[in-house]
Amino acid sequence: MLAYILRRLAYAIPILIGVNLLTFALFFVVNTPDDMARMQLGVKRVTPEAITKWKAERGYDAPLFWNGEAPGLAKATRTIFFTKSAKLFVGDFGAAEDGRDIANEIKTRMGPSLAIAIPTFILGLLVTVTVALMLAFFRATALDLWGVVTCVVLMSISSLFYIIGGQWLIAKVWRLVPISGYAEGLEGWKFLILPVAIGVVAGIGSSARWYRTIFLEEMGKDYVRTARAKGLAEGVVMFRHVLRNALIPILTGVVVVIPLLFMGSLLTESFFGIPGLGSYTIDAINAQDFAVVRSMVFIGSVLYIAGLILTDISYTLVDPRIRFD
Amino acid sequence: MSDLLSVRGLKAGFLAGGRVLTAVDGVSFTVAPGETFALLGESGCGKSATALALLRLLPDAGRILAGEVWLEGEEVLGLPESAMRDRRGSAAAMIFQEPATSLNPVLTVGRQIGESLARHRGLQGEAARQEALALLAAVGIADPARRLEEYPFQLSGGMKQRVMIAIALAGEPRLLIADEPTTALDVTIQAQILDLLAKLQTERAMGMLLITHDLGVVARSAHRVGVMYAGEIVEMADRQSFFGCPRHPYTQKLFAALPDLGQRGGQLATIPGQVPGLAAMPAGCRFAPRCPVAMDRCREQSPDWTELARGHRVRCHWVAGQVESVAAEAALSVADATPAVSPTVPALSGGGQTRAAPLLQVSDLKVHFPIRKGLLKRTVGHVKAVDGVSLELQRGRTLALVGESGCGKTTAGKALLRLLPATGSVQLEGKELLPLSIGELKPLRRRMQMVFQDPFASLNPRLTVGEILEEGVRALQVGTPGQERRQALEALLASVGLPPEALGRYPHEFSGGQRQRIAIARALAVQPELLICDEPTSALDVSVQAQILNLLRQLQDSLGLAYLFITHNFAVVEYLAHEVAVMYLGRIVEQGPVAQVLERPCHPYTRALLSAVPEPRLEGQREMIRLPGETPSPARPPAGCHFHPRCAQAMDVCRQAYPPLSHPESGVQVRCHLYPPE
Amino acid sequence: MAFLPVLLWSDLLVWLLVAGLGLAAWGVARTPPLRAAWGRVLHRRTGMAALVVLAVFVLIGLADSLHYRPRLADTPSPAEAKAAAGKPVYGVEVFSLLDVLLTPLRTQMEKTYSAPLATRAYAKEMQEVRQPDGSLVQQRDFPRLRHGGKHLGDNEAGRDDDVLRRVLAGAGCALLAWWGLAEILVDLLARARGCSRREAWHELWHRPPTSAAPAWDALLLALGGLLLLVVPLLALVPEYHVLGTDKVGQDVLYQILKSIRTALVIGLVTTLVTLPVGVLLGIAAGYFRGWVDDLIQYLYTTLSSIPGVLLIAAAVLMMQVVIDTHPHWFDTAAERADLRLLALCFILGMTSWTGLARLLRGETLKLAQLEYIQAAQAFGVSSWRILLRHILPNVMHIVLIALVMDFSGLVLAEAVLSYVGIGVDPTMISFGTMINNARLELAREPMVWWSLAAAFFFMVVLVLAANLLADVVRDAFDPRAA
Repeated sequence: MLAYILRRLAYAIPILIGVNLLTFALFFVVNTPDDMARMQLGVKRVTPEAITKWKAERGYDAPLFWNGEAPGLAKATRTIFFTKSAKLFVGDFGAAEDGRDIANEIKTRMGPSLAIAIPTFILGLLVTVTVALMLAFFRATALDLWGVVTCVVLMSISSLFYIIGGQWLIAKVWRLVPISGYAEGLEGWKFLILPVAIGVVAGIGSSARWYRTIFLEEMGKDYVRTARAKGLAEGVVMFRHVLRNALIPILTGVVVVIPLLFMGSLLTESFFGIPGLGSYTIDAINAQDFAVVRSMVFIGSVLYIAGLILTDISYTLVDPRIRFD
Repeated sequence: MSDLLSVRGLKAGFLAGGRVLTAVDGVSFTVAPGETFALLGESGCGKSATALALLRLLPDAGRILAGEVWLEGEEVLGLPESAMRDRRGSAAAMIFQEPATSLNPVLTVGRQIGESLARHRGLQGEAARQEALALLAAVGIADPARRLEEYPFQLSGGMKQRVMIAIALAGEPRLLIADEPTTALDVTIQAQILDLLAKLQTERAMGMLLITHDLGVVARSAHRVGVMYAGEIVEMADRQSFFGCPRHPYTQKLFAALPDLGQRGGQLATIPGQVPGLAAMPAGCRFAPRCPVAMDRCREQSPDWTELARGHRVRCHWVAGQVESVAAEAALSVADATPAVSPTVPALSGGGQTRAAPLLQVSDLKVHFPIRKGLLKRTVGHVKAVDGVSLELQRGRTLALVGESGCGKTTAGKALLRLLPATGSVQLEGKELLPLSIGELKPLRRRMQMVFQDPFASLNPRLTVGEILEEGVRALQVGTPGQERRQALEALLASVGLPPEALGRYPHEFSGGQRQRIAIARALAVQPELLICDEPTSALDVSVQAQILNLLRQLQDSLGLAYLFITHNFAVVEYLAHEVAVMYLGRIVEQGPVAQVLERPCHPYTRALLSAVPEPRLEGQREMIRLPGETPSPARPPAGCHFHPRCAQAMDVCRQAYPPLSHPESGVQVRCHLYPPE
Repeated sequence: MAFLPVLLWSDLLVWLLVAGLGLAAWGVARTPPLRAAWGRVLHRRTGMAALVVLAVFVLIGLADSLHYRPRLADTPSPAEAKAAAGKPVYGVEVFSLLDVLLTPLRTQMEKTYSAPLATRAYAKEMQEVRQPDGSLVQQRDFPRLRHGGKHLGDNEAGRDDDVLRRVLAGAGCALLAWWGLAEILVDLLARARGCSRREAWHELWHRPPTSAAPAWDALLLALGGLLLLVVPLLALVPEYHVLGTDKVGQDVLYQILKSIRTALVIGLVTTLVTLPVGVLLGIAAGYFRGWVDDLIQYLYTTLSSIPGVLLIAAAVLMMQVVIDTHPHWFDTAAERADLRLLALCFILGMTSWTGLARLLRGETLKLAQLEYIQAAQAFGVSSWRILLRHILPNVMHIVLIALVMDFSGLVLAEAVLSYVGIGVDPTMISFGTMINNARLELAREPMVWWSLAAAFFFMVVLVLAANLLADVVRDAFDPRAA
């Protein structure tokens, strides 16, 4: 088991290097630092001096991969690649355009992101699994038919609509909760209800339909017939036999996103004015702050790989065939 | 009525495309306590649907349309579902064909047995555990305490089926419904399970409904037999009169279609055509379109039961007519009613033929698959699927490679065609194949071809039959394109008994037997000299198997083909092969002419294997040698002789050294310490 | 020439796609199993209805994919121009066939917001009103619209009657047209089956459960519904802003119709990128295994490990820098917006091929074990030929299902990305930019809701039709379901 996790971790390193090379190519090879300087400075003030100054201030004045002029080891370290990319591995994200430390910013913004993401995730999972179980239990009845149609309609609606419509109806017309905002601690709950509820509803359509297919597939298997032949009630068959087996694909599909919850939701956070990582990313995109975007890309892929490893571990926990192998 | 189970006019079907297709049409039978009633039939005849309908376990699309099912004096089709659940598992329990998928993979054996104990006997906790242990012991599982905590994937196939039986027994059922309980198992394991079922049945005085397609299993286990055809029972008899004097033309044909040593050299009787589909049932007698003695009346009117003797009843106009004319009675013996059995003594003899240069010479063929583990996926061992096999095959002859699943026979066949990497030596008329590059190998490919096991997986569903046949011709650049090639393809189809229109059609339009003919035609398209047949009939029904075997034999006679025939079925070996090689765990343990090996087997494994095959007749069952345990994993074969842990005659030397080659009879090679080399 | 045809890159790809679809349809018609599968799609009522709705969207999108630049009106006469410069001068604005058809909608601009079917603007304005006595009085009132309801003159109160009359007349025409179409269909069916028109009509509505005939009833119902929607709309469009106008006074219906092309291009052209990469790498990884498999798996794990939105954000930002620093590459604003659209398609394709490849790799691994593949290997058929002849046709159903299902996801993604600011060019009309522009209008008092509502409604119709079709296609092509 330990060896397995170690192997997965070892496998993660080349992937992270790949991600880093890819983003580096995207950010520094597609456009030269000169292009970016010109872009950032605007059209009016583009003098060669201004560009040089801009590059020097931000450390873009070194060669990309290899600094032939530098002494010794610095040949490799005094380059844009090393200063901008390799440092990400040790958690040194540098400063944003406005001069603030990115790592620090990420630390303070993680809390609000999680405050929204974790309840949305857990509630969403519970609701969708329940809905899917119900549809599968009443398969081939009118309830199932209309349930599936409803799911298709729900998943055809843009998530923007859920947010805008929800804000308008619940916060503006009914005035049940504040329209947006965020507060630390327990009193912040009233700010969380609406984004969490919207997040859950927006996810029902596609997930419930997918889980229903998984349940139905399991219900067609031979062991279900064996369970019925024992004289077990349909509810017992569903919960003890079908659910346990169906949870294997469901859980493993879901576990991979758990680490990514840290990243927050771009849309929800920006609409509801929540100071989390999602709105941080959006602000950075709108301000064209490459340093922040690059850091978020790196963190995102690290979290995704962590998700993959968690998936493997959860596999071994829920599936005895892998646990004992 | 003292019957445990009484089924009257049961009719069931499946919902498809807006209508109900009847799969079971008016089936009636009874099972008494302590009795085994076998429902015999080919695939698609509705026997499994009957079994499921009894317990109301048909899948969602299934419908019970009419009839009564009386279980212990109570009609169960009309019961509410909750009351029916009380009967399932306690009044009647069921075991299924595929033990690998019928157990829940994520629950321990103990929990799966415990569920039934709790449901029907209210046992919980320690009491349930003790009872589960007793059940596991009763079904012959060694070390039950450990197995209780294990998951199904940790058990072998035979053990899974034993656990299934234990689950079924947990509710102390009075009736056991066994749906093809041994079909997925090897013969030696099948023998174990059949013995176990018989023993449990006697101990507990259970009634048993045995669903099977295998006449041998019926002969070994059943007290009474019902033969199903196309949703109806057509003949019902006790075991004695069934095997002594089968009366329905279909039953007679089934017996005649079985390959047997007695029919070597002759043609097997076949039943033309195939079982009708559910959507297109013929009116009148359903067997009439395939029946050699069908009369006009058969096509119009469904026959009624005719009682021939006490307990022996038949639904057939022809038999009914025969019974009336007493004079014809004598003509009804099996031998007379089964046509096309040539009485000629087989012209094939064991040794003594001129030893020309062999077409195929294999020596020390090895196929090892690496097992990779650890951080860097290092190779920690090898699965020795084929471990030093040597063979010789002459032109125009058939060598059968026999063994149980996992013995490496298919791997060996594929390695010969270089579909798998192998070491050793494979020579086709003296030309070494293994070191050749892909380009160098190409011209030799047309000389040896393969026919695969599964006729549904061996034809690309997206290509027409014509395109399928043409593929090899084109790849190997045999023959000329254009009109000439089309004619050649049509001739090819004709040679396997298919009409030329088949060229433009797709594989799904054909039945299993027809598909296998297409697969044979594909191999023949490049005019090979050697055909490797990998279990070409194991997925087919007996009547269709006979057609394919006849075809293969006829092609050998006319084209002088050599066959390497891979099979687990000794009856087929007896019928088709000249020589036979028996494989166990990647190695050949005995090899020689068919007559000698099958009649006077030397190796203890060969003897056990032969004795485990249930014979489809009353008398002449071979002396039983029961093999304990199951085949070990080829990744860790036992030291010394691979067979010694299961061998009743094992000696000390067997545990230490792999036996050398010895020749107890002329032409026979054995690897066993019982026969020391001179 | 009075106009200069402009072939935008996206037009080229769209028409290539149309040609490809035509070719595929021809291939399907020649292959009985595929024909049967598509027959099953048409057999289902939802499938037929979804196809009809999608066809209308596609027609609008195609009409919007024929672009040209008009000759400038104030240039000298052709003869003079030829004599002078030898080159006519064309406008910098690029129009499409759809723009021509929608000329009234496009040109009848108001000053600012107006509600659907309104005759007056949405906000009060200072205006001078001539009193009956002839004096001018300054007054704050809702000004009359320049175009909306102009034909009513002073009879503004008659608007409701006018609208009702037009709608009823339109509905009448729609029913007539529908009746004509139904007659033609019944006639064709009767001829094809050789039965009377009466029987054909009866069978059309009462298909026996065993019949495999296409769901003509759904076709007629869907057509009827669409006609009832479109024809009354046509009757209203010349005189009213049916869906209102936006901040700069542009007709919302016009924007909606222009958004359709953007959505279709995103949904379809992206697949052009996804398809070859995903299919090739997927089946190659599954068939060759070994180091090829390792490499391809590494590639797609790396790509998919970057959260999609962030990768797209990064790529689009960098693309924008390229576009902004090379203004001389583009003749017109339309070309610049088009390049950004294509870049977005390309980037979306690059992030979405991984799913398809993974799916195909798994399926190929299974297929490669099948005996017909081994039979081909036994004939020494080359690996690439096996991939092409045996593997590819047997995974095409997965590809098709994945593509149809991706389409709706891409249409939805465009809206979100444009909202975040990393979608299409802000000057290009799309559902996303419409929603983005309209978002702040909700906060106005009184609320301006119509742009948003219209954008959401049409998006839901498009995506729902695509999702329903995807369901039917999956049922029809999935071998397990058959």
